[in-house]
Parts: sequence; structure tokens; C-alpha cells
Amino acid sequence: MDKVQDNRAWFLIIPVFLIVAFSAVIPLMTVVNYSVQEIFGPGQTFFVGTEWFEAVLKDERLHDALVRQIIYSLAVLAIEIPLGILIALGMPGGRSAKTSLTLVLLALPLLIPFNVVGTIWQIFGRGDIGLLGATFRAIGIDYNYTNNSAHAWVTVLVMDVWHWTSLVALLCYAGLQSIPPAFYQAAKIDGASKWAVFRYIQLPKMRGVLIIAVLLRFMDSFMIYTEPFVLTGGGPGNSTTFLSQYLTQMAVGQFDIGKAAAFSIVYFLIVLLFSFIFYTIITRTGEGEKK
Amino acid sequence: MDMDWMAWTTPTAIFFLCIALMLAGMTVWEVVSPTVEAKGFLPMRTTRGDRLFIGLLGSAFIHLGWLAATDASLWGASAVALVWIALVIRFG
Repeated sequence: MDKVQDNRAWFLIIPVFLIVAFSAVIPLMTVVNYSVQEIFGPGQTFFVGTEWFEAVLKDERLHDALVRQIIYSLAVLAIEIPLGILIALGMPGGRSAKTSLTLVLLALPLLIPFNVVGTIWQIFGRGDIGLLGATFRAIGIDYNYTNNSAHAWVTVLVMDVWHWTSLVALLCYAGLQSIPPAFYQAAKIDGASKWAVFRYIQLPKMRGVLIIAVLLRFMDSFMIYTEPFVLTGGGPGNSTTFLSQYLTQMAVGQFDIGKAAAFSIVYFLIVLLFSFIFYTIITRTGEGEKK
Repeated sequence: MDMDWMAWTTPTAIFFLCIALMLAGMTVWEVVSPTVEAKGFLPMRTTRGDRLFIGLLGSAFIHLGWLAATDASLWGASAVALVWIALVIRFG
């Protein structure tokens, strides 16, 4: 008997399609329209072709912000992903009070609004009233994130690690909990070392959640705005001015809508490219082992 | 419905129309002849849709690179991009 083709389920995605169209596709199309025009106000627009794109692509400040952004995002991934895995491996398993307490403690930084995180670290790092700043000064380190670029960078990076490593750890923990005990029993019978268990059981089983963790952390860190804005305001100089802050200055500060729209599209394409590369690399890793 | 707020221009309308036609065409092609994952010069196995995505993303960067590197007419970038998309879809 022939299989009956029934594609009516496709109609169920219409609400999602409409919401995505309303909240993402149409605004994105509008940004594309803005990017080729000089906007003076509603109804006062003049077609300028690719002028804004040329201006944006030849802008030295944008090049600097892009390099800073890439270094920052790669540093975030290099620290948060291994650290998150390590924390997940060290977390207690099963259902116990210890497990619940660990999960709650880990989830706490994730519940704090971005601007509050920036404020917490702004105070924490101050030499006069902050615990971190005062401690550094007490041990003889002249720590000052407001006038030293390296200190500002480290502080912004550590703040991000503090805020978001929990997310990676919780995702990895969920991945680890989904491994059936039979896998560990088989490894024990074979006399597998801890490293072998990690490399051939835990890591492959965490691949799915790691894809999500890497993509989320990459996209979020590449679009970071609030925390460094509150903590350092992009300074000292422009040393912690990342792409989104530069974009905001352009769009809201200078009200340069056309140029900001062109910038947004370049920014969007860069995020899309990096996410695609990461996704492809991670989904390909281990494919050979599965076959 | 007043669409002034979207600030439409003829070139951007043509651009989106091309994208929409491309997606519609790919859908029809998929229904008529379902895609099979294939391995070409790209480092991974890809479906027809993957290759179109890679082709379009690549052509966006070809245009951006052209604008950043030269003052020559952008039609040159479009020609290179068309060749790139054709290569990726056929041999990717």
C-alpha cells in the first residue's frame, strides 16, 4: 500500500512564521532599505547607493572595534567552554540536596540583569570602596580599570566569565546527565582511564549541548553591549569599545541612521559567517567516529 | 497599507524580489526533485539549500570586499559573485 502523503502539519508553523516575519524579517528588510539612503526624517530620504557601505568598510575605528571584538569573543570561548566543562564534570550527580544547591548557586549569575552585572563589577573593581580593587592595592598591584587598558580588558573578560560560564556548565551538566550508566559500566570493565572516559564517552555525548553553548556564547559575546558600557563606557580611550557600542554611538548618538544600518548589515553578516563556521566545525567533529 | 516607514527603494525591492523568487524556485525544485547530500570541493557534505546559503553568504562578502578594496564599479563584484554561486551550487 502506498504511503499517504499528508503535509497539513506545515500549517502549524504559520504562527511561528508570522511572528518571525513581524519581529525579525520585516525589521531586517527595513534596515536594508535604510542602508542605501540618507535619512533626514520620516519621508525625507535620499538614495545614496552603496555610499554608506564604503564609508563603513573604510572606517579605521570600525576595523579596530572588529579586531577587538574578535579577540574578545575568542577569549570568551577559550575560557568559558573548557571551564564550563570542568565545572560540569565536577558537579555532583543524581538527586540530592547537594545537587540542588549547586544548580541554584550556578544559576544565580544568570538571573542578574546585564546592567546590574556591570554596576556590581564597577563597584567591585574600585580601589577605594571595591573588594577586588582594594585587595589588589593591598598586595601592591596598582590596579585601575578606568585608566589602564589591560586592566579594563581583563576586568570586562572576567566579568563575562563570571556572568556566563554557569550557562555553559549547566548545559554540559544536562548533557552529562543524559549518558546512560551502562556506558560508564562498560568503560570500567574495559579499564578505561578517566581521560578515555571523557574523550570517548562524555565529550561525544556532550556534542549537541556544546554546539548550543559555543553558538550562544559566541553570538552573545560578539554582540556584547551593556556590561562593558556600564563598567568602562568603552574606555580608557576606545580600548573596550566593541562593535555594538560603536554602532549605538552612530545610530543614537550621531543619529546617522543610514550609516548605522549599513554597519548593522555588515555586523549581521559577520555574526552569520562565524556562527556558520562554528556550527559546521562542531557538527563535523566526530562524524567519522560515528560511522 | 502605508509602507512609507519601511523606506522602500526600487533597487532594494528588486533585491528582495530576487531573494523571494530564488527561495520559491528552490522550494519547487525540492518538491520536484528532492535534494541528496553530496560532497564536492567544500569541506563537508551539503544539500542544495546549504550550497545556496553558502553561495549567497559568500557573494555578500565578495561585494563587501570589493567595496573595501576598490573603487571600480560594483557590477564587477556581482559578476564574480554569480560565478561563485554557480560554482558552489554545481561543484560545492
